[in-house]
Amino acid sequence: MKALQIIKTAYRATIEEQDDTIVWFTHAMKGAGAELDVLLKGNAVNYAVTAQNAAGLEFGDWQQTQPPRLARDIGGLIGKDVSVYAVDEDVAERGLDGAELVDGVKRIPRADIAALVGDYDQVWQW
Amino acid sequence: MSKSTTLTFALMDAPFENARTTTAMRLIDIAARRGYNVNVFAYEGAVYLPFARQAAHPNAVHGHDVDEENHPLPKDWVSALMRATRQNGGEFNWINCGLCVDERGADEAVEGVRRGTPADFWKFAVESDNTLVIATQ
Amino acid sequence: MNNYVFIESRDPSEAADVHDCFNLARQLASDGDQVTIFLVQNGVLRARTGAASEMLDPLIDAGVTLIADDFSVRERGIGPDQLRAGVAASPLEAVIDGMAAGATTVWN
Repeated sequence: MKALQIIKTAYRATIEEQDDTIVWFTHAMKGAGAELDVLLKGNAVNYAVTAQNAAGLEFGDWQQTQPPRLARDIGGLIGKDVSVYAVDEDVAERGLDGAELVDGVKRIPRADIAALVGDYDQVWQW
Repeated sequence: MSKSTTLTFALMDAPFENARTTTAMRLIDIAARRGYNVNVFAYEGAVYLPFARQAAHPNAVHGHDVDEENHPLPKDWVSALMRATRQNGGEFNWINCGLCVDERGADEAVEGVRRGTPADFWKFAVESDNTLVIATQ
Repeated sequence: MNNYVFIESRDPSEAADVHDCFNLARQLASDGDQVTIFLVQNGVLRARTGAASEMLDPLIDAGVTLIADDFSVRERGIGPDQLRAGVAASPLEAVIDGMAAGATTVWN
């Protein structure tokens, strides 16, 4: 069975969780032998931006020592042979055409998503 | 699991926050009444759906005492769906994501709920006829 | 031919990606797949006759089956004769029917 994880919600509780919980979930399932790929759409395409930096948060004397490292986690999925796609138009709309994106993220035009979903037994949208 | 249709649901919303919870329970109820096998993987806030210490309250705005208000508690929905599935010949599994339980302190769940990991969700999905993810927004 | 059921739970005023869901559904239907959009929760609001529902027209033209959850419809005071043309009310069972039949089922 092959599943496509569509991730469209971005930066929801990523500080509290110290990761994106769906990217994390994908890593965990992959570790258990799952056959998965990821489509980043909407604001989630920003997860491919290498310059993300959430370090340094403090509340009173509490300091976050392990900020989320979302670009690293996206790269980690690619390193595990998970195909990570980002919707082309969503990347462009967010002014990311010239930005440095995680190596290996595949840009896919919105018009090609219909064909992409047809390649999977399950399509899970988060 | 029996040879009946098996459906898996992934839920994420905490109780009392969103209409998605009610719709999810309605879908599971339909499957339960049909005698399907039902798997639920509760992720993040959804681990509070079967939290045993939910408590009903009165409602002064409605002019109701606690009994009159009869406030719904999702933990009771979970238990009822468990019973309905089994009464109709299906098997019911509810797994709470263990790390989600830990970080939320949601470690008291109604009977029949167990903790697990994303690997359990994948196993559910592989062994099911179909899977629906109802994510939080 | 693939079979898809999209469950649209929101009104376009709540989330821009309702249009994304509709566009994908329309494209899949145009490509020859069997596509159903099951409107539930606030997703039924545009199905009321007289609501600004022009975004539903291309779906109907492409052959997408549009269904509105009868509970959500009643919950929002939309009478049985107040659904716009092209949208039928149905119990939520239709989603479980689709899942049991193996449709790729996606919640939006």
